[in-house]
Amino acid sequence: MIAYIIRRLAYAVPILLGVNVITFVLFFVVNSPDDMARLHLGNKHVTATAIEKWKSERGYDKPLLFNEAQSSSERFTDTIFYRNTVKLFLFDFGQSDSGRDIGYDISQRMWPSLAITLPVFVLGLLLTITIALAIAFFRGTYIDSWAVVICVAMMSISGLFYIIGGQFLIGKMLRLVPISGYDVGFSAIKFLALPVLIGVIGGLGHGTRWYRTIFLEEINRDYVRTARAKGLSEKMVLYGHVLRNALIPILTGVVVVLPSLFLGSLITEAFFGIPGLGSYTIEAIQSQDFAIVRAMVFLGSVLYIIGLVLTDISYTMVDPRVRLN
Amino acid sequence: MCVTLIGCSDGPLNNPYAASSSSEAVFYDSFRERPKHLDPVSSYSENEARFNSQIYEPVVQYHYLKRPYELTPLTAVALPEPTYFDPSGQQLAADAAQEDVQETVYRIQIQPGIMYQPHPAFARNENNGFQYHTLTAADLEHRATLADFELTGSRELVAEDYVYQIKRLVHPHLHSPIAGLMGKYIKGLPELSTRVAADEHANDSFVDLRAYDFAGAKAVDRYTYEIRLTQKYPQFRYWLAMPFFAPVPWEADAFYNQPGMKARNISLDWYPIGTGPYMLAENNPNRRMVLVKNPNFRGELYPTTGAADDASNGLLASADQRMPFIDVAHYSLEKEAIPGWTKFLQGYYDASSILSDSFDQAIQFNPQGEAQLTNVMREKGINLVTAVTTSISYLGFNMVDNVVGGDTERARKLRRAISIAIDYEELISIFANGRGVPAQGPIPPGIFGQIGGPEGINPYVYEWRDGHPVRKSVAAARELLSEAGYPDGRDAESGEQLTLYFETVSSGPGSKAMLNWYRKQFDKLGIQLVIRATDYNRFQEKIRKGSAQIFGWGWNADYPDPENFLFLLYGPNAKVASQGENAVNYQNPRFDELFVRMRSMSDGSERQELINDMTEILRRDSPWVWGFHPTGYTLYHDWYGNVKPNLMARNTLKYKTIDAQLRERKRGQWNDAVVWPVAALFVVLLISALPAWRTYVARQRAAAR
Repeated sequence: MIAYIIRRLAYAVPILLGVNVITFVLFFVVNSPDDMARLHLGNKHVTATAIEKWKSERGYDKPLLFNEAQSSSERFTDTIFYRNTVKLFLFDFGQSDSGRDIGYDISQRMWPSLAITLPVFVLGLLLTITIALAIAFFRGTYIDSWAVVICVAMMSISGLFYIIGGQFLIGKMLRLVPISGYDVGFSAIKFLALPVLIGVIGGLGHGTRWYRTIFLEEINRDYVRTARAKGLSEKMVLYGHVLRNALIPILTGVVVVLPSLFLGSLITEAFFGIPGLGSYTIEAIQSQDFAIVRAMVFLGSVLYIIGLVLTDISYTMVDPRVRLN
Repeated sequence: MCVTLIGCSDGPLNNPYAASSSSEAVFYDSFRERPKHLDPVSSYSENEARFNSQIYEPVVQYHYLKRPYELTPLTAVALPEPTYFDPSGQQLAADAAQEDVQETVYRIQIQPGIMYQPHPAFARNENNGFQYHTLTAADLEHRATLADFELTGSRELVAEDYVYQIKRLVHPHLHSPIAGLMGKYIKGLPELSTRVAADEHANDSFVDLRAYDFAGAKAVDRYTYEIRLTQKYPQFRYWLAMPFFAPVPWEADAFYNQPGMKARNISLDWYPIGTGPYMLAENNPNRRMVLVKNPNFRGELYPTTGAADDASNGLLASADQRMPFIDVAHYSLEKEAIPGWTKFLQGYYDASSILSDSFDQAIQFNPQGEAQLTNVMREKGINLVTAVTTSISYLGFNMVDNVVGGDTERARKLRRAISIAIDYEELISIFANGRGVPAQGPIPPGIFGQIGGPEGINPYVYEWRDGHPVRKSVAAARELLSEAGYPDGRDAESGEQLTLYFETVSSGPGSKAMLNWYRKQFDKLGIQLVIRATDYNRFQEKIRKGSAQIFGWGWNADYPDPENFLFLLYGPNAKVASQGENAVNYQNPRFDELFVRMRSMSDGSERQELINDMTEILRRDSPWVWGFHPTGYTLYHDWYGNVKPNLMARNTLKYKTIDAQLRERKRGQWNDAVVWPVAALFVVLLISALPAWRTYVARQRAAAR
C-alpha cells in the first residue's frame, strides 16, 4: 500500500504543475501586472512611476513565462511563473501582494471554517444515512413515497433560500440566535447553531435521496435475503449488512471532500459573518492578489488529491477484496 | 440545542455581543469591506478612514457642526496660514498672484503635551534604551500579535513626527498614492524619493528618514515645523487635514521594520499608532475591528458653536464637554446587507444605511416629495438624517472620439441633445429610490462655487418653471440633434442610424434594467446605443487609451474646494495625454486659463465669477452628461446622540454619545425569544412519526410470526 501511496503522490506532481500553469495563464489573461498594481495602489493620483515600483518590488516586472533577456536556464527561472511556483511545492506560500503572510492567514481562517463545515458534515452524514435507511425500511409504502417527494422538494430549493429563510425565521422572527456573527470558544455555539442547522437541513434532501438509492440497490441482493432467512431482525439486516456493504459508494462521495472541509463555504460564511477561508480566494480574485489565488488553488488541488488517495485507502478498510497495487 | 442556548445566556438569546458590554458606552456598527491599509501614508479609502481618522491626528480637522465646511485646529495651536515669497525671497501679500509666487511656507505650531497611545515601540528598558528595538529571532518566536509584547510606553508628540511622516510619503516600499501628486508641490520631494530609493536595500531594513535633510519639511523647534511648497497651492490646507499628514513617530518604523516582524504580519499597516481619542485594540478585518479609548488622550472639548439650527436640534447639548464620550467602538464585518439590516432593527447596531430592498419599509415620501420615516421606524425611535454627498456620478463623452468628441458645433449639439434626453430625474427615482439630486454642473451642493436657484441651473438642459428646474423636452433634444446633422437619429448624409457605444463594467443581471433604461433614453432620439460590458481592467484600459466613447464615471471630493471637481476637466490632466484625472480628455484653452487663475484664489466674489464663467464653458461644451449627486440616508436609534452628517470629516466618533441604559432596555423589549414554535415543531414531528412507528411495529410482528 505504501508503494501505491508514494506512486499516487508522485503522480500528483505533474497534476499540480498543470494546475499551476492553468491558474497562471487564466489569471494573467484577465489581469496584467499593471492592472494589479493599479488596483493595489488605488485609482486616484496613481503615477506610472508608482506602478513600476510596485511591480518591481513584487517581481511582477519580469516576463511571464520566458525571459529572452537572460541566457541558459535563467530564461525560464527569471520569470514571474517560476518565481511564484517553486516555493509552492515546498508549501511556502509566501506573502500576499498586500504584504500579509498567506500561511498565517490560512492557519487563522481555517478554524472558523472547520467549526461550520465539520459539524455540518458529521451531523449531515449521520442524519441522512439514518433517514435513508429508515426510508429503505419503509420501501414501497406511502411513507417511502412521501419521503421521496419531500426529498425532491428539499433538493429543488436553492441553498441561499435555506440561509435567508433560516435567518428570517429563527434569527429574526423567533429571535433564538444571533442572525450573524462569530466568537471563539464556548461562546461560538450560539453563532454556529443556525448555520450548522441550515447546513444540515439544506443537504438533507439530496443526501437522503442518494443514500436511499444506494441502500435500495443493496437491499435486493442475495446476501440480504440470506440474512433475513437466517432470522435476523430488519434492524440488524439494515445496520449490520446493508449499511456495511453500501459503504463503498458512500465513501466515494464522502472521503474525497474531507480535506476540503478546511476551505469552508463562501455563501454560508458571507451570510453568517464567519471569518473563515470561504471568501479568501474570492476576495483575492476581486483584489487581483495573484499570490493568494495561486496559493489557494494549489492548496485546493493538494487537498483534493489527498482526498482521492484517502478514498482509495478507505476502500481497503471496508472491503477486504480491494488491494492497492 | 435550544436548551443549551437558553442556559448559557443571561440576556436576549440573539444578542451577538458579550452580555457584560450591554450597559457600557459601546458603539456598535458594521463594515462591509475590510480595510486594506492602516498605515496613514498608504490609506486612501473610506473604509480605512473610518478607523484611521479616530487614531491619527493631523494638525487640522473639519469643524464638526459648521457649514459650509470649515477647517479648525486639531493638534495645531492655530490654523496654518501660508506665507508667499517671490524669487528674490521677498515676502508677498496673502493675495499674491500665482505667477509671482516662488515659494509658499506653512509654519505650523503644535500644542505641547500631546501623548501617543501606549505602544511597545516606545517601551524602555532599565537602561532607558528601547526594549523592543533590537529583537532577535528568539525574541519573536512566541510573538504573533502586538499584544504579545508585554511592555508599552509613550512619548510626547513633537513637530519632527509630522516632518517624518511627510518624508515617508516617498518611502519606496510604502507606495503612498499621493507621492506623485505631492511631488509637484512639496519642495525637494522627488529628490528625496531618489535618495531614499538609492539607500534602500533589503525589504525589511529600517531606513531612518530623520537622517535625510529635506527642504520641503523641517522641524524648527520641538513644537514647530515648516512645509515649503514650490508654488501657491491654497488647497494644501485641506491635505493637511488628511491622515497622509498625520504624525508617525520614527520609533514605529524602527520597531515594525525589524527582521521577522513582516513575516508575522506585525506592521504599521496592521497596528496603527497615534495620538487620537481611540486606539485599535483588535484588528481582525475578517471578523471585527475594535477601537478603545486612548488612555493618554489629552481630551478635546465639544464645539460650542455650530450651524443655525444645531442648538434647536440638540447638537450643542454636549458643548464644552470633554470628548470622547464613547468608551469602545465595535465594528463587525457584515458582508451581506440583510443580516446587518436585521441587527440594526433588533438594536444591535446603532446606525445603518438603507438597503434598496428595505427602503419602503423605512422611508416614505410626503406629498411635497420629502423623505420621511415610516410609522414602523418612528415607533421604534429610529431617526433619519440625509445629506447630499460631495460627489458626482456622471456620463462622460470621450472628447477625442470622432463622433461624440471634439470642439465642433456638430459634436457639441449632439452631446447637448443626449444630455437633455437622459432623464436623470427618472433614473434617481427608479434606481436610487429618489436618493439623489440632478447635477447642474460639476460642483456638488455644499461646495463653494455651486449656485442654487434659477441662476444655478444648466440652461442648456433645464428651464426654470414654477420655482423648480425642469428638464427640456425631448422635442428640444431632437431639434438639437437635427441641427447636429442627425435628424431622427440618422446621419443626414449617409442616412444611417447613429450608433453610439457605452462602456460599462456592469454586466450582471442586476445591471440589466439600468442598461436597458440607458438604451431607451438614447432611443428617444432615434440613436442606437450599444452596450459594451467588459471587466474592470479592460474598462480602465479603454479609458486610459481613449478608446471608450461614452462611459459612466464618478468622483468623490477629497476636500471641499471647487478646484477638486474642476480639475477633472483641466486640459493638462487629460487621461490619454498625461494619465491624469480628466477621464474625458476635455481641452479648452479658455477654461484652462480660468482654472489656473481660480485654483490659487481665495473664496470670494471674484473667484465665484471665475467659477461661473468656467461652468458656463463646461455647460456649453457638455463633455459630461452632468448626472447626479447621490444623497446619503442614515438611520440611527434614539440612544445614539450628536449625529450630524459631515461629509468631509471622518474623525467623528469622538463627538457621538450613547445612552447605554436606553439601548439595553429597548433591546430587551425587542428581542424576547419566541420558543413555542420550536416545541410545536417537535410535537408535529412526533405526530408525523407515529404512522411510521406503527408500520415498523407491524412489520416486526409480521417478521416474528
